[in-house]
Amino acid sequence: MKCRKCGAIAVINMRQHKLALCEEHFLEWVLERTERTIKRYRMFGPKDKILVAVSGGKDSLALWDVLLRLGYQVEGLYIHLGIDSGGYSDSSLEYVERFAAARGGARFRVVDVKTEYGQSVPELARRTHRGRKPCALCGLVKRHIMNRVAYEGGYDAIATGHNLDDEAAVLMQNTLRWQTGYLARQAPALPSTHPKLARKVKPFVRLYERETAAYAIVRGIEYIYDECPYAVGSTTNFYKELLNQLESRSPGAKLAFYLDFLRARKEGRLTLEGDEPPPMHECEKCGQPTTAPGLCAFCRLWVQRMDSG
Amino acid sequence: MVKIIFRDKEWELRAGMTVRDAILKVGLDPQAVLAVREGKLINEATILRDGDTIKLIGVISGG
Repeated sequence: MKCRKCGAIAVINMRQHKLALCEEHFLEWVLERTERTIKRYRMFGPKDKILVAVSGGKDSLALWDVLLRLGYQVEGLYIHLGIDSGGYSDSSLEYVERFAAARGGARFRVVDVKTEYGQSVPELARRTHRGRKPCALCGLVKRHIMNRVAYEGGYDAIATGHNLDDEAAVLMQNTLRWQTGYLARQAPALPSTHPKLARKVKPFVRLYERETAAYAIVRGIEYIYDECPYAVGSTTNFYKELLNQLESRSPGAKLAFYLDFLRARKEGRLTLEGDEPPPMHECEKCGQPTTAPGLCAFCRLWVQRMDSG
Repeated sequence: MVKIIFRDKEWELRAGMTVRDAILKVGLDPQAVLAVREGKLINEATILRDGDTIKLIGVISGG
């Protein structure tokens, strides 16, 4: 199979685009497609200061690499969650450190949840969620810290490595349950709804997970290959597998599912509950925006922790 | 023969088939893995040669 652009041996065939590319042209294609996505959804401009949330995985490190190559002002944020199993959080941090060192000391900061707040995410989950998986809690903690760091550091946008498979899986989950509130908030770029909230953007939203992994491999980015121990067997991964079965039968099905959803909403063919952002209050404790008066969900978590501890 | 490695599993297949056929043969989804030979990514139509060792990299992550 030959590269469509130059005729060299292709390293990847993207059936949904009927496009096979060699190493050089695939790397170029990923950069171009990401740049087009950033512009199409008005994510940010060259003068904006971007905080990229990095986990040590393929998507976030590939995104950091692409944004640096595209010349954006980007800095990394690694949130150390304190996941001990197999030294997962420590190993992930090592990949982030190696990535930054290999790029002339690309700037990033680390927030260690246990050091800053007194308990790691698994410890917090054991107290407040009675031993259940900490995934929901983990999302809440990460969102809070990303917002805080972005506000304190004066960043214009928070970029995450969510790819099309991530988005299509969430869309499928929310559609099957008609979670219209969640569907209304699912977008490649979420505008700031409060002076203390940065924009949230997903520049890889038009790339398949297979392509972000291929980008990392071809670019020589070392990333943590093992799954987060709590994500093994997760519902999202199950939906991804289902969507891949569909994709095998019908190349481009995932892409169409997600992009047609965005298009239908943009053209007013799909009106969802919660399209209007709710009024915001500031948390009495941390000052971060929250939808209900009093404490935000993050601060309530720590009060709950102290009460139950 | 061709050696196929995916995480902690290994298979031996005959040479001459494509990467895509090899992935299907070992029961994996071609959408969910990439194939690497001698550290280089190879496309799904590549014919596997006798003595090749192919490492399959899973692409699904997150939760």
